[in-house]
Formats: sequence, structure tokens, C-alpha cells
Amino acid sequence: MKKDLLIIDNITKRFGGLLANQNISFSIDEGEIIGLIGPNGAGKSTLFNCISCYYNSNSGKILFNGTDISRKTPEAICQMGIGRTFQLVRIFKEMTVLENIMIGAFLKHAKQGDATAKAEETANLFGFTEKLSLEAGSLTISDQKRLEVARAFATEPKILLLDEMMAGLNIQEVRETTDLILKLRGMGLTLVLVEHVMEGIMPIANRVIVLDYGLKIAEGTPEEVVNNEKVIEAYFGKKYHAKRRGNTAPLQ
Amino acid sequence: MKKGLIALIIFLGALVAFPLIFQDPFPRHTLIMIMLYAAMGIGWNIIGGYTGQVSFGNAAFFGVGAYATAIMLVNFGITPWLGMLVGCVFSVALAIIVGYPCFRLQGHYFAIATIAVGEIMLLVFTNWEYAGAAVGIYMPILPESFMNFEFHTSKLPYYYIILVIFVAAIGVCWFFERSRLGYYCRAIKEDPDGARSLGINIQRYKMIAFSISAIITSICGTFYAQYVLYIHPTSTMDLMMSIQLCIICLIGGLGKLYGPVIGAFVFIPLTELTRVYLGSEGQGVDLMIYSMLIIILAIWRPQGLWAIFTKGTAK
Repeated sequence: MKKDLLIIDNITKRFGGLLANQNISFSIDEGEIIGLIGPNGAGKSTLFNCISCYYNSNSGKILFNGTDISRKTPEAICQMGIGRTFQLVRIFKEMTVLENIMIGAFLKHAKQGDATAKAEETANLFGFTEKLSLEAGSLTISDQKRLEVARAFATEPKILLLDEMMAGLNIQEVRETTDLILKLRGMGLTLVLVEHVMEGIMPIANRVIVLDYGLKIAEGTPEEVVNNEKVIEAYFGKKYHAKRRGNTAPLQ
Repeated sequence: MKKGLIALIIFLGALVAFPLIFQDPFPRHTLIMIMLYAAMGIGWNIIGGYTGQVSFGNAAFFGVGAYATAIMLVNFGITPWLGMLVGCVFSVALAIIVGYPCFRLQGHYFAIATIAVGEIMLLVFTNWEYAGAAVGIYMPILPESFMNFEFHTSKLPYYYIILVIFVAAIGVCWFFERSRLGYYCRAIKEDPDGARSLGINIQRYKMIAFSISAIITSICGTFYAQYVLYIHPTSTMDLMMSIQLCIICLIGGLGKLYGPVIGAFVFIPLTELTRVYLGSEGQGVDLMIYSMLIIILAIWRPQGLWAIFTKGTAK
């Protein structure tokens, strides 16, 4: 396993006067599952968009395999081996499931036949075998989100960035998603997940990075992070935090 | 799939046999115009239908093709076939020059920018003395021959030349649909940001699609110049022509291989018939009929007439 596959080095992103990300640094090793959490407006999606180059950060570096990618374009990033999904699904709704995955597969397989074969293989892996010829827009939300991952997976990335994959899913679907993520890691992928659904991310993440108001306030294993005072304060406010300090009962 | 192929063969067979059955110039002329517009419609469909970049400037490519041919033939006596090639080169150059800045614009803004480009081209050629300015260019009357691309006694050779161009356009579009390029263009139409996340350089693929569209349209321009033997700016570069191409695709089916073909078969006979029966006073009557047709289609079958044929069958 390669250490420091992706290094986020002092990233700052400003929108006018608003500091969405402020001097954020961390690194990711190959084969890790990293959770990126934080309250609404903490700057998670901004950071995500900086890594995938949909935004260019104002300062700082992002090193992927030793190359600075912070000034590149989204398509170049994908070609280098970083795939992503979107918070609001961006599948090609009027195309079939197979065609959606083929668009991803075309990156490494220029011929239609090869891309179809690769897409079918990917579809099997993601449980779309029966749904290949359905229009993507007709799928359920959870299927659409999974399709987006399948599509990104078909580009054969090294890192997958998943933006709120579990939002809006029911408990059963969350469980299926975590299984899927573990399966992807088993295949040698490194995963970064922006997530609000704690019961989804906490059991599977190797490390969790917590953002609040654009700052990184904590980093560590899920157990370390949930007991971190700053994190509790960020999520529940100072008042609750003070009350809880008096009371030693663990937070459920 | 098999059924579609049989239908295509019957259709093409009918087109080949048509002028042998109908000897009069008018039906032949009508079918020539249908195939001309169908080919241009296919060209428009590649950028406007599949890639979703609505262009109101495609007439400029038609004009460039026509003018390149005419200028080379009149001034240097160069065969129109070479003029066709040079027209394509200039059209691609224009597509790239226009596309480079304009493809940064999204949706309606791109459409508006192409209107401007079309109008600029029209104005340039209206005022350009060397290119005949507003009077236009008369082709020299040369002996009938394939090399000269002029036939005076019968429309038959023109008919078969445009048939070849038309079939070639269908072929190009068929391959386009099945290639990576075609898939990528459709992805760009549906969601540009999603497409970028999959490693698609959207600028580049839009540019390629626009260039293919330009080449097909430019070849049609050359044909038109040699068919009518007289061109002037408003007959070759009018905004109305770009809009007509858009309407043809809309009626037939956007982003569908046979959409523009069906569209042209509905659109052109109406145009020709109103022209013949109503003359210049009836100008615009055809467009009134189309607007009604579009309204009806929008309500009843928004995917275009093509959807009638595919109704009930798997996509």
C-alpha cells in the first residue's frame, strides 16, 4: 500500500469574503476509506470540488501521486485516476443504464465493443444486470446514486470521491451502500466520502476528518472523533457541550 | 434492428428508382431539395440534436461551401470538386474560430452567439466586392460533364449526386452514433458537468461535432452552387436557412438518425408547393404551417415525428 497517495496541502478557497476552506491539510494512503464530515456549510463540498478541480483553490497544493493537480481541469483529473460522484445525481437521465456506464468505460476503451464489454462487467458488479436497458431517469434514487458510482468506477480510477452517497436512503439501502464501499476498497480502491449519515460512515471509515466553518477541527479514527470535544461542540453547540461535560454518560 | 435495415433498403431503393419513374423536372427538383435539406439537417443534428448546442449559424457553412466553390471556379477555373474540398477546409476553420470562444457559452447564449456569427458572415459577403457583393456570383456555363459539375439538359445527374451526398451523410451519422464521439456528445448534451467528471474534454468534443456538422453543410453548399449556378448572400447564408434546419430536426426528432430525414420529407414539399402555388405572395405560408405543426407536435409528441415510428418498439 502506497503512503500519501493524495496529499491536501494548505488548501484555501475563498468565495468573495467568505472563507469556505481555510488552510486545510491532510493526506490519504492507498486503500483507505476516509470520511469527510461536518455540519452544513462546513466546507466539505467545497473541498471536494477543489480536489476534483471543479473549483481551483486560491492557495495550497493537492498532490496526487506526487503531482500537483490543484490547477488542472476536472476531465484531466479523471484521466489521471480520480473519479467522483455528485451530491445531486448527475447521471445521463435519457440514456440507458448500460449507456451511462459505457460513457465512463469509453475513457480507457475507445472501441464501442470493448466499452460495452467493460460496461456490462461493471454493471454486474454493481447489480445492474437486469436493468441494463432501462432509462437511467426511471431508476430509484438509490439506484441512480449507485449508477453514478458504477459510471465513475468504469473509468478505472485509483481514488473515488463520493459526495453524500447515503443521503436520502433508507436503512436497508445505507447498509447495501456500505457493503458496496467495502467491496470497492477490497478491489484496491481508495475512497473519500463526504457524508452526513453517521451510521453509514462511522463503521467503515479508517479515518474521519471533521470540518467546521471552513477549518479542519479534528482528524482521527471514528472513535477518536466522536469523543473529540471540538467535534461535539461543532455539532451540538456550546450549550449542550457544557451540559454534557457535567454528565459523564456517553453520547448515544 | 433487422426491420429497420429492410426499411432503409426499401427507402433507398425507392429513391434510386424515383427519377426513372418521374421524368418531369418538378418532382425531381423537389426530391433534390428534400435530400439537400435532409443532408444539411443531419449535419445540424450532429451539433444541435446529439450534442445539444443549438446553432443558428449553420447557414454560414453552407455559404462558405458555395462561395469557395464559386470563387475558385469563376476566378481560377478550378473544378468545383476541388472547390468542395477547399470549402470544407474553410468551414472547419470557421467552426473552430467560432467554436473556440462560443463553446464557453452555455445553452441559449451559444445559440445567440451563432446568430451573430451567421449575420456577420452575411454582411461580409454582402459587402465584399471580390465575392460579388450583394449581386452574387453567376457560374460560367461550361460543357456538361461530371468534372465540371454542370448538367443542363437533365436534373438526373444532380439527383444522383445529391443522393450520394445524402446517403453519405446518413452513413457518417450512423458511425457517429456508434462511436465514442457520439456517446460523448450525447453525454455533453445531458449533463456537461457530469461528462467532465468522466474525463470528457467537452470543449474538444463540441468542436469536433461542430466541425463534422460544418463539413456536411459545406458540401451541401457546393452542391447548391453548382445546381442553381447562381448564388448570392441571402440565398446561401440567410438566418432563415439555419432556422429551417433547426425546424427540420425538431419536427423529425432531435438527436435521432432519421429525424432530419423525416423532417425534410415533411418540410420541403410544403415549401416547394407553397412556392409554386402561391408564388412570392405566399412567402411565409409554409412557415405558418410549420409553426402549427410544431405546436401540435409539442403537445402530442414532443420527441418529434420519429417517435411515431418507434412507438411501441424497444428503444
